Amino acid sequence: MESQTRQQTVIITNPEGLHMRLAMAFATLAASYQSEVSVALGPKQANGKSLLDLITLAAMPGSELKVMATGKDADEALAALVDLVGKWSEKVSGAKQP
Amino acid sequence: MRMTDFVVREAIIPELSATTKEGVIREMVESLRAAGCFKGTDPEEIVRQVLKRESLGSTGIGRSVAIPHAKHGSVDRLVGTVALSKAGVAFDSLDGEPVHVFVLLNSPQDRPGDHLRALENVSRSLREDGFVRALRQQTTREGIWKLLEEADHSPT
Repeated sequence: MESQTRQQTVIITNPEGLHMRLAMAFATLAASYQSEVSVALGPKQANGKSLLDLITLAAMPGSELKVMATGKDADEALAALVDLVGKWSEKVSGAKQP
Repeated sequence: MRMTDFVVREAIIPELSATTKEGVIREMVESLRAAGCFKGTDPEEIVRQVLKRESLGSTGIGRSVAIPHAKHGSVDRLVGTVALSKAGVAFDSLDGEPVHVFVLLNSPQDRPGDHLRALENVSRSLREDGFVRALRQQTTREGIWKLLEEADHSPT
């Protein structure tokens, strides 16, 4: 399969923003894919596989993050990461547990 | 929210006595209490909250660093401290290695922005291997504080 780039904007809706637990879950999940993953908040860029990089975004509730995956499994990586962020929002609302 | 804005200098611990995860957290919370923090709050409750957060997932993020933290309703401003362990403490870290550098953060319940900004500044410094190496070499409170000041003022 050819390398491809996919991106999607997600909104951090949980009231704690991109806190350490979410950042850790995101980085761990991103690392399980071959694709490079980056996350942008405005002009700030972070390596999506690095917990510390993600925390330095200091993404507040309501932040729009642009998630980009580049590689052979970019589709799967992006879908999984977007799903993860969505599940964390549901977790805070009490609807579901990830 | 620079590190020198919230780290309580008098509570910095250049060499921890504790050798366990719970012991480290207790020692750091006690150090903050002795420095005048947590007035009107049972420090045991702070310890419980930090340990509860640890039970959800270790804050041992690897590379010999841990950032234990908690939010508490009766804490009126974000406070923290730094502690070092030469021997290292098992902390269920991501990389399975012992932790030598601890940064404890305690935040008010309702200010996620302050908490995120503090984490941002701590992380920005801790992701630099040189900073972590320099921290681990310190043996005095003054030496650690000086490094935090330098990190706060260095361009990123």
